Amino acid sequence: MSAASSSPASHSPTSPGAQAARDDDNLKEDFLRTLRCMIRARILEEKLGSLYRAGGRIVGGVYLGRGQEAFSAAAGIHLRWGRDVYGPLLRDQAGRMAFGEPILDTLRTYLGTVTGPMRGRDGNIHRGRPREGYMAMISHLGSLISVVTGALFARRMRGDLGDSVGASSIGDGGTSTGAFHEGLNLAAVEKLPLVVSVANNQFAYSTPTQRQYACNDLVDRALGYGVRGHRIDATDPLACVTVMREAFARARAGEGPQLVVGNLLRLAGHGEHDDASYVPKAMRDTAEARDCLQVGMDQARSQGWADAEQLASWQAQAKREVDEALAQVSKEAAPDPFRENWRALSTPHLLEGAHE
Amino acid sequence: MSAITYLEAIREAQFEALRRDKNVFLYGQDINAFGGAFKATKNLGAQFPGRVFDSPISEDAMIGMAIGAAVEGARPIVEMQFADFSSVGFNQIINQAATLFWRTETPCPITIRLPSGGTAGSGPFHSQSMESIYAHYPGLVIVTPATVEDAYWMLLESVQLNDPVIFCEHKFLYYHLKADDLGQPMPLGKARIARPGRDATLVTYSAMLHESLKAAEELRLDGYEVEVLDLRSVKPMDTDTILASVARTGRLLAVGEAFPWGGVTAEIITRVSAEAFHLLDAPPMRLNSKDTPIPYHPNLWKSHRPTTATISARLRELLRY
Repeated sequence: MSAASSSPASHSPTSPGAQAARDDDNLKEDFLRTLRCMIRARILEEKLGSLYRAGGRIVGGVYLGRGQEAFSAAAGIHLRWGRDVYGPLLRDQAGRMAFGEPILDTLRTYLGTVTGPMRGRDGNIHRGRPREGYMAMISHLGSLISVVTGALFARRMRGDLGDSVGASSIGDGGTSTGAFHEGLNLAAVEKLPLVVSVANNQFAYSTPTQRQYACNDLVDRALGYGVRGHRIDATDPLACVTVMREAFARARAGEGPQLVVGNLLRLAGHGEHDDASYVPKAMRDTAEARDCLQVGMDQARSQGWADAEQLASWQAQAKREVDEALAQVSKEAAPDPFRENWRALSTPHLLEGAHE
Repeated sequence: MSAITYLEAIREAQFEALRRDKNVFLYGQDINAFGGAFKATKNLGAQFPGRVFDSPISEDAMIGMAIGAAVEGARPIVEMQFADFSSVGFNQIINQAATLFWRTETPCPITIRLPSGGTAGSGPFHSQSMESIYAHYPGLVIVTPATVEDAYWMLLESVQLNDPVIFCEHKFLYYHLKADDLGQPMPLGKARIARPGRDATLVTYSAMLHESLKAAEELRLDGYEVEVLDLRSVKPMDTDTILASVARTGRLLAVGEAFPWGGVTAEIITRVSAEAFHLLDAPPMRLNSKDTPIPYHPNLWKSHRPTTATISARLRELLRY
């Protein structure tokens, strides 16, 4: 297991986070929840990829989280639908599933049906249900960090923060934006319970990390923001689960924002339109290029937490779920421009008439 | 009752908004104990403990934070220290706040106060008028009060709306403009006939209303009666009231302080030309600032923006046609 923490503040080793991390029964349960989300996400995303390659049904891009499932799901399992606040990014299919997003929401948004949360007004990864604490990303990287922070801020102001926590995700490329800096700094100043996951997946679209940042390790930035930093080999699901448990426990315990950097390699193109030919062949043979799903299934077997038969049954169940959901969504209506109300304001009397 | 200034009206409206609804909070740079760069939040932090917050200098995160709070049912009022700095939060305003309801059916009740417009000596980065830029984007309401009464009542109404409001308050009016009392509310979205007339229609808003009223008074000495409309909100734009006025006068001048390319004045002329071409006796005209950044020295600044003298000259040109 490869995990490390750094902190600008002193924390006693018997803090609630550290105690929770030693709870082996919960560790097994968290690991298996994470693994099942990884399996479901991989199978759903393989279906999305094949729909894209077949053409005709998915308009626009398909953005997959292949290779990032462990890092994403290990965070998502700590988020309770309706109680916590989640602002995922494009490679968080596994985290979204762990949070509780139904497969139907994913397929309906990709296919743009009127039954989905976005009703054809937005597509693919740009989906959420904000009133239920599930923010819908825009394409501008880093901009959800402050939004998740604001939801937590409002709860605290009104005295109903309770034990709720917020989480948002970013990649190595997104850490270069002003929005990332402003958002994390603001959350740190307010000392709100926020976990920011950085999937350091080596390429921002085609740009390698040496053209993205000059620090030795992104986790070093935690010190500058006054937040606790955690580093994980994100191809190692058990490490992801262990470190995320600690990060979320610390956030909930009032220790302020946690910056979790997961090192891995994106095992897909930026989108399915991208063959990732810019990834050097040598890099595909490094430890960072391991497939976390394969590692996770090996770990489940070696820990004695799930046997091959059990894993196969989970995969079969996920395939059935995806096939059934796709069959259902395939029968659902596409949006009709003549039924669309074309209203961008919620206040009817302030809508402008047409002055074309 | 002693006179109340435009700035005091903005403070009073925030006081009232905080008093009425515990979901309202104020967020901005230096606004708590210090009371804000212009003192628009003076004493509010002490009067409403835990409801007025100093922010870091992070306009992007300030707006993003307000959006997240609004999703949770709060009603934040965000003070940009100067309208000019809202450019740093532009992405959150136009891509996050303005699209939220359309994309997710989640209301976004945030009010963003922009201390706007030119004052002598303020230069290129503390003088801008941003209403035209924001009005271009769907999903935003753009409010541009020209009077003490509107500054008060429209700010209160803005906070109650379930949509993002860009509240453009003019810094030149902060101390100069006074009223005996706060008057009566008039609904947002309706223009007001600030001065009735029969010879030409002058459509304007914000600080340019006062330059325009002085110009109309000058023209009266020549025997012309210029009707002056105060838009009050540039989006929505009360096109019906504009068209009704042009139907009476047959002539149109649109005046705004923002830069000349496109924008509010161009929109007014487009709508009147497209929908009431047959009512016009002269080509519709407009007057904006010059197409350069806003200058520092008062000699240059006074020539950069429309003034009573340049508005009068333009009106004469319109009336001579």
